[in-house]
Amino acid sequence: MRFTKDHEWVELDGDIATVGITAYAAEQLGDVVFVETPDVGKALKGGDSMAVVESVKAASDVYAPLSGEVVEGNAALGDAPETVNDQPEGLGWFAKIRIADKAEFEALMDRAAYEAYLGTL
Amino acid sequence: MRYLPLTPADRTDMLSVIGAKSIDDLFVDVPGVARKAELFDLPLHAGEMEVERELAALAALNRPAGAGPFFCGAGAYKHHIPATVDHVIQRSEFLTSYTPYQPEIAQGTLQVLFEFQTQVAALTGLEVANASMYDGSTACAEAVMMAQRVTRRNKAVLSGGLHPHYSAVTQTIAHAEGMEINRLAAAIDAEAAVVAEIDSDTACVVVQTPNAFGTVTDVTRIAEAAHAAGALLIVVTTEAVSFGLLKSPGEMGADIAVAEGQSIGVGLSYGGPYVGLFACKEKYVRQMPGRLCGETLDAEGRRGFVLTLSTREQHIRRDKATSNICTNSGLCALAFTIHLSLLGERGLRDLAALNHSRARQLRDALAAIPGVEILTPRFFNEFAVRLPQDAAAVVEDLVGQGIIAGAPYSRLAPEAGLDDVLLVAATETTTEADIAALIAAMKGRFGQ
Repeated sequence: MRFTKDHEWVELDGDIATVGITAYAAEQLGDVVFVETPDVGKALKGGDSMAVVESVKAASDVYAPLSGEVVEGNAALGDAPETVNDQPEGLGWFAKIRIADKAEFEALMDRAAYEAYLGTL
Repeated sequence: MRYLPLTPADRTDMLSVIGAKSIDDLFVDVPGVARKAELFDLPLHAGEMEVERELAALAALNRPAGAGPFFCGAGAYKHHIPATVDHVIQRSEFLTSYTPYQPEIAQGTLQVLFEFQTQVAALTGLEVANASMYDGSTACAEAVMMAQRVTRRNKAVLSGGLHPHYSAVTQTIAHAEGMEINRLAAAIDAEAAVVAEIDSDTACVVVQTPNAFGTVTDVTRIAEAAHAAGALLIVVTTEAVSFGLLKSPGEMGADIAVAEGQSIGVGLSYGGPYVGLFACKEKYVRQMPGRLCGETLDAEGRRGFVLTLSTREQHIRRDKATSNICTNSGLCALAFTIHLSLLGERGLRDLAALNHSRARQLRDALAAIPGVEILTPRFFNEFAVRLPQDAAAVVEDLVGQGIIAGAPYSRLAPEAGLDDVLLVAATETTTEADIAALIAAMKGRFGQ
């Protein structure tokens, strides 16, 4: 699993990346009440706004950690957005992306680097 | 924080921070022709009595609707408003220029909005209603843009029975969203014509009942056809009292219902402020514009009211907000709610029945005038008639006799070529004497 400074995580399986927000981000947001996941087929560049996550008092953009094409959005979040709080780095994933360039994945932080980054905030 | 006006030094400081030399620099985007070069020619000061006298003289040039027989409708209706309404809305807890939404301090205001939403949902037969919009026409435009967000399609078809001002406002606002608006030619009884215009990029069809000509339409089939093609049905109503008798938009399959609520509790007031009603199916609530009040429990388990789903709105979601509207017509919504509470369910039904029977009396009387043709096949309290002469000229002539005979359709849509069409409305305030005066004046005008 790799991480971005915007608190997204990425897990790679072949050329399919599963993307979500980190436990730290979920905790900062508070109770998540709605998630708008991206449309299948949408082409993303790293850094593009990909989804929106809403908590009781805020709405935040979720950015694509790497470039590629959306192959699936997590439909289960429609009826159970609280999954993002319960299992942010598991069942609370946002989207699956067919990535264009594995180098983008390698360039992201690993968990140790992300934990160190959190220590600076 | 005390509120004090800005000093010249404050202004200079602020301008220098943003890199502007003068206030005028902030308006460079406004074309010169649209800017007023000098101040209005007003005296800088005058005594109170003098001002009162002058303004009273100006006001006396207007002719209030209550000054004699009055048959204007066309989107704004003269109804009786109980004295209680005015009394309650003027209480200082309610009468503020700022709508207080903070739950810690504004439970009264929030509860009223919640009651208002409950009433609007019940009237429209839909699951969820917002805390009101500016008026019916902007509510219509917002509904069209909401349909674009829900369906991710880009076209809207407006029926020829939609009030021309509503069509114009919708075109103006939706144009900025890049929507394509297909506005059908004026038609007295053809709401279903929108169906033939639906294609794979149609977000919604917009129909009105009672429509601009007063025609009442059961839109159930139109709803079915729209849904079969993946489009939403938006139903517009400009006379809210009609909800007391007619099948509700929700019952007929509407996805979104919008209405002008002025008829209930809000005076004509020379055209505004009014109150827009907006309701939809619950599954679309996240795409709904405007403020939404919800019922909840506080930390001690007591019932309380809060604004809810606020993350749709621009103070939180910025450019991704569902709408630019972050406010509502709070005071007019309050007036609406008080009046409707006084009427109750049966009272509204009785009021609507009375409106309809007065309008039928008016229709029968007008139909008896040779050369006058009733155009509206099914109506509530307003209908269109064809006159043997130009309608605007007839109205102008009758004004001289103290009678406001109605709204010439040409006033709403000069380009429609319906110069001999007059829209006439009757309400509970219309008397037999009013009708007799109108008929006598018309016969005189037509040399009968």
